[in-house]
Amino acid sequence: MAKRTGMEVSIAVSEAVKMAKADVIAAYPITPQTHIVEHLAELVAQGELDAEYIPVESEHSAMSACLGSSAVGARTFTATAGQGLELMHEVVYVASSMRLPIVMAVANRALSAPLSVWGDHSDVMAVRDVGWIQIFVENGQEAVDNTLCAFRIAEDRRVLLPVMVHLDGFHLSHMVEPLLFPDQKEVDEFLPPNNYPYPLNPNKPVTMGDFAPPVVYTEAKWAQEINVEKSKDTILDVWKQFGDKFGRYYKPVETYRAEDCDTLLMTMGSFSETAMMAIDKMREAGKKIGLFRIRLWRPFPYEEVRQTAKNAQTLIVLDRAISLGGVGGPVASEMRNALYPLAQRPKVVGFVGGLGGRDISPADFETIVNRGIEIAKKGSDREFEIFGVREE
Amino acid sequence: MTIESKERFAPGHRACIGCGEALAVRMACKVLGDNVIIVNATGCMEIVSSQLPYTSWTVPWIHTLFENTAAVASGIEAGLKVLSRKGIRDTSNTKVVAMGGDGATLDIGLQALSGALERRHNFMYICFDNEAYMNTGIQRSSATPYGASTTTSPAGKTSIGQFTWKKNLPAIAAAHDIPYVATACPSHYKDLANKVKKAMEVNGPAYIQILSPCPTGWRCPTDNAIEVGRLAVQTGMFPLYEVENGKYKLTYNPESLKPVTDYLKAQGRFRHLSETEMGKIQEKVNLEWAKLKDLAK
Repeated sequence: MAKRTGMEVSIAVSEAVKMAKADVIAAYPITPQTHIVEHLAELVAQGELDAEYIPVESEHSAMSACLGSSAVGARTFTATAGQGLELMHEVVYVASSMRLPIVMAVANRALSAPLSVWGDHSDVMAVRDVGWIQIFVENGQEAVDNTLCAFRIAEDRRVLLPVMVHLDGFHLSHMVEPLLFPDQKEVDEFLPPNNYPYPLNPNKPVTMGDFAPPVVYTEAKWAQEINVEKSKDTILDVWKQFGDKFGRYYKPVETYRAEDCDTLLMTMGSFSETAMMAIDKMREAGKKIGLFRIRLWRPFPYEEVRQTAKNAQTLIVLDRAISLGGVGGPVASEMRNALYPLAQRPKVVGFVGGLGGRDISPADFETIVNRGIEIAKKGSDREFEIFGVREE
Repeated sequence: MTIESKERFAPGHRACIGCGEALAVRMACKVLGDNVIIVNATGCMEIVSSQLPYTSWTVPWIHTLFENTAAVASGIEAGLKVLSRKGIRDTSNTKVVAMGGDGATLDIGLQALSGALERRHNFMYICFDNEAYMNTGIQRSSATPYGASTTTSPAGKTSIGQFTWKKNLPAIAAAHDIPYVATACPSHYKDLANKVKKAMEVNGPAYIQILSPCPTGWRCPTDNAIEVGRLAVQTGMFPLYEVENGKYKLTYNPESLKPVTDYLKAQGRFRHLSETEMGKIQEKVNLEWAKLKDLAK
């Protein structure tokens, strides 16, 4: 039977990695991810997890070592945040393009300069296009469950892709929450041993990582795109199996009180639970408003997004990242893209806020929604607005 | 020691005519045998041997990026270790061998290499040193010798070409207190083979730097790679030695060295050098040779 335990979410992610029986962990410390790798180092040092822990000299080497261990068929995990994800950027592309099923937790963090160790989604948005499966979790339970699911999805023969589990730095990574941990036996039943089909092995030599001349490269990328798109079927399948076994079902998108609403508020990650408080209050005041949250960020769930948003009049998106000199909020931009082909679609109003660890309170969300509705009616002289900025 | 006739680096690759590096790779692979996993940095040898859908490799081989080869090798070694420990796969005696050029090793990949050596992974790193970024068109690296003209250290009215002395990576590797460090050159094949064999046998990191003459970049006749390599050794421009558990030993130790001009004048990359500049190089070689002899006492 599962037992309920109060635990810091970072520690809980490490415990999930232990239950997944990871073989190799290559990691480098960076705030706010450090507690994850510290705890894994401790689990290995205490003999509670039989794994090789490689204390690499940089995040670039962390992901590179992961390429190597994954390529020999070892179950591989790493974690990073912010600058660390940026430093490993080019390696991150290689992991997905070489179909290596690495799992990585990202404790989402702002990017320098100015230096900020606090949370936002700048690091995530810089790796939107890298071909990894990306899951945004909202709370500690989702983090634990989706860490387990991530291995199962990544290593599935139909997928063979790396998976990022995004948890908001500090706002989620450092929270102590009540969590349900499954029994090891149940985890073992859910997650079979890794059986990578093409490992580097002297008994059956393979060449991995050839270069592609122009006559091949386009086909390689197209095959990869099809692979990433199709991985959604397996993700849904794994979530279904997880739900059947553990009683917690996950879907690509979630809504909260969105029935019959004419306004939708969209968030990603841990701010959703704060937004729910604002939604409750506004519902009580008679506003027809609901919350819309994306859990599966890649592959992008077009069908579910369209289905959820098509009947609303206004979709207000809060982005915790800023695409400078361009689209403003990346998520708002993707929403406009996803909804544009629909004959009937909501107006998408974009806000950027919660940057570099700044809180957004339930009252702030109300302000955002009210301003969003006003913009939808009267327009704005800006493509997007930034929330809570002091301009003097 | 006998040398196998079996090839692991198959013919049909696309190296330049007379390539000393392809020869060095081929020689090393004969000693490495079949129970290896090779990790190759981006560079000449990767490009000439692995154009999709072809491969020149009969042993398991992986290329990912330029600067991360030692880190990838770390992951492979750790992966093999844990899979073996858990009884998932018999990986006994499989040697992990990282290969990179001088740019991948002395410049962009130095940090990853240092990390892997410091962590004492059981692997071998072979640097095939052709003394510049040849793959991208002969740009200088920190392995390029003083005075050599390259496309980014061109000799000219105000330039003698490369203005820095060759970085001493074997010494840097040895400073990591690893069990085995060596230099080699395909002109001295038995010596090269012995060193690769020794590196196979140590438990822990081993580093071998193999001078790999590049007729294209060094501007010498295409049938001269071995001859030029031999001159590099005989003049002391590239001394052959090994460092076993910290103990230096010269493996080519003549009574006297040939003058460096024998080596310099055999290559177009040095042809602009004045007698004065060549004298400076001779002085430096004399100094380094004396230091090395002292270390090997």
